[in-house]
Amino acid sequence: MASPVIPPPAPAGERLDPEAVRGDFPVLHQEVNGRPLVYLDNAATSQTPVQVLDAISNYYRRDNANVHRGLHELSRRSTDAYEGARARVARWLGTDDAAEIIWTRGATEAINLVAHSWGLAHLEEGDEILLTEVEHHSNLVPWQMVARRTGARLRYLELDEHGQLELEPLAEILSGGRVKIAAVSHVSNALGTINPVAEIVGQVHSAGGVVLVDGAQGAAHAPVNVAELGADFYVCSGHKMCGPTGIGVLWGRRELLEEMPPYQGGGEMIDEVERDHSTWADLPHKFEAGTPNIAGAVAMAAALEYLEALGPERILAHEQHLVSRTLDALREIPGVRLFGPPDPAHRAGVVSFTMKGAHPHDIATILDSEGVAIRAGHHCAQLVMKRYGVSATARASFYLYNTDQEVDRLVAGLASVQEIFG
Amino acid sequence: MIDRSTPPMKSLYQQLILDHYRNPRNRGELDDRTVEIHMRNPTCGDEIKLQLRIEDDRIADLKFLGDGCSISQASVSMMTTILKGRSLDDAHQVSRRFTEMMHGDEDAARDSELGNLRTLAGVAKFPVRIKCALLGFDALQEAMKKSRGEHDHPTESER
Repeated sequence: MASPVIPPPAPAGERLDPEAVRGDFPVLHQEVNGRPLVYLDNAATSQTPVQVLDAISNYYRRDNANVHRGLHELSRRSTDAYEGARARVARWLGTDDAAEIIWTRGATEAINLVAHSWGLAHLEEGDEILLTEVEHHSNLVPWQMVARRTGARLRYLELDEHGQLELEPLAEILSGGRVKIAAVSHVSNALGTINPVAEIVGQVHSAGGVVLVDGAQGAAHAPVNVAELGADFYVCSGHKMCGPTGIGVLWGRRELLEEMPPYQGGGEMIDEVERDHSTWADLPHKFEAGTPNIAGAVAMAAALEYLEALGPERILAHEQHLVSRTLDALREIPGVRLFGPPDPAHRAGVVSFTMKGAHPHDIATILDSEGVAIRAGHHCAQLVMKRYGVSATARASFYLYNTDQEVDRLVAGLASVQEIFG
Repeated sequence: MIDRSTPPMKSLYQQLILDHYRNPRNRGELDDRTVEIHMRNPTCGDEIKLQLRIEDDRIADLKFLGDGCSISQASVSMMTTILKGRSLDDAHQVSRRFTEMMHGDEDAARDSELGNLRTLAGVAKFPVRIKCALLGFDALQEAMKKSRGEHDHPTESER
């Protein structure tokens, strides 16, 4: 089994201190159902620090104007902020070329952009799209739609019993020479597994295919360098990484983006418009029709500043520490079934589990009554649920501001579940 | 063992509800059914297959299969015990009163027509769980609607 592409945790002495950052997150300081809130639904959406809230507020208070249009001072400022944010994302993802960064509404729109623009231009009947069983629906359904339109066939890598992708069949799948694109998640939202993306990229490239990496749960929780990863497309989402909702990013290799047709038409993305045709703007604007989410882009850059200051390696190490503490405690509870890799080193901050006799929704309701917020359901990953023969799991997901005491509150809440359902 | 559970949890998860969850009544397939509805809540994955034998505007028999939380499964189990042998008019009335109870109507929560279903009154205080409690009744409504159109013919699953 390939080692994870994410570097090992930082030394213990450099541990992130969550207490030192909690003051930055106003939403965490409230009571829910009479108890201090314990927010463990970070894989769904992360909370937003004051630095990011201020960036949004300051943008609208001081600089708000449309970008690339006005010849006035505010438009210059908003354009600088917007393009500066793009350069910031480029640095975060490890590319020098800011034109390879396309702003989107989120990871879902970024995947749809690639599926429709690249997919419809390159896929034909008999071609294959390689997916995996662990994907979020956002990295399945766009490909199903494109497969239906082009006649391409969907192939799948499957999960082993420990929530890790089985790579053995990959060579055989690729040997047919028909896989034109593979779409694989960096980190599983349902299981927390860090997937062996670099190895998949290497094999698919050798077979002549390109690779999209769904980084909605990757870039938020660990360092990412697209050059080292070797992928062709990488997508991520602002609200999973201390930024606001409604903003996300597509990174693509310049030579691929340049030959791809636009995804949506409108203002901003054109060079010249005639009555019956138009020509397209250069990258990145070719893919950014309409007035973009300028404040969202500015805020996402502020979120990256925040994460950079804490250190992505330390954030991952902290999450793995919390996962380890949670797994140790849950293994002691009779009737608990754990999903995903047993070794915390192979996962980011997600723990998915079920309890005998208590449905995940009931677990979530009882925890909520004690102020502990988790997710229960299929996590938009029904193929994962089907693989393990369950309809739903309970999922606790951690981020940089979660503490050991909060893990203990989760565990105490599960004792209440047992008391009622045991 | 200290009692960690808060009082609202005790009122939500009453013993009778847990009993119906663990030992559902009228669970299984109804061979001589006249109508069948498969209903799923796509946001949470709860699902119910409800089968009825309707004769002379009465629910002569009904059974269900399902997968989901204690609230959705206990609610449909209790529903089957109350509606077996009742007229379609009665079924509509019970369904209407139960829905009213879920929306906080205290008169409905005291209505003896609802029988054991009244133990689910506490769900009204948990807005995100109301749809769980209503899943079985949603299936019932669909089944009665479908039956009006295709009364004499056994029907296959929706899916």
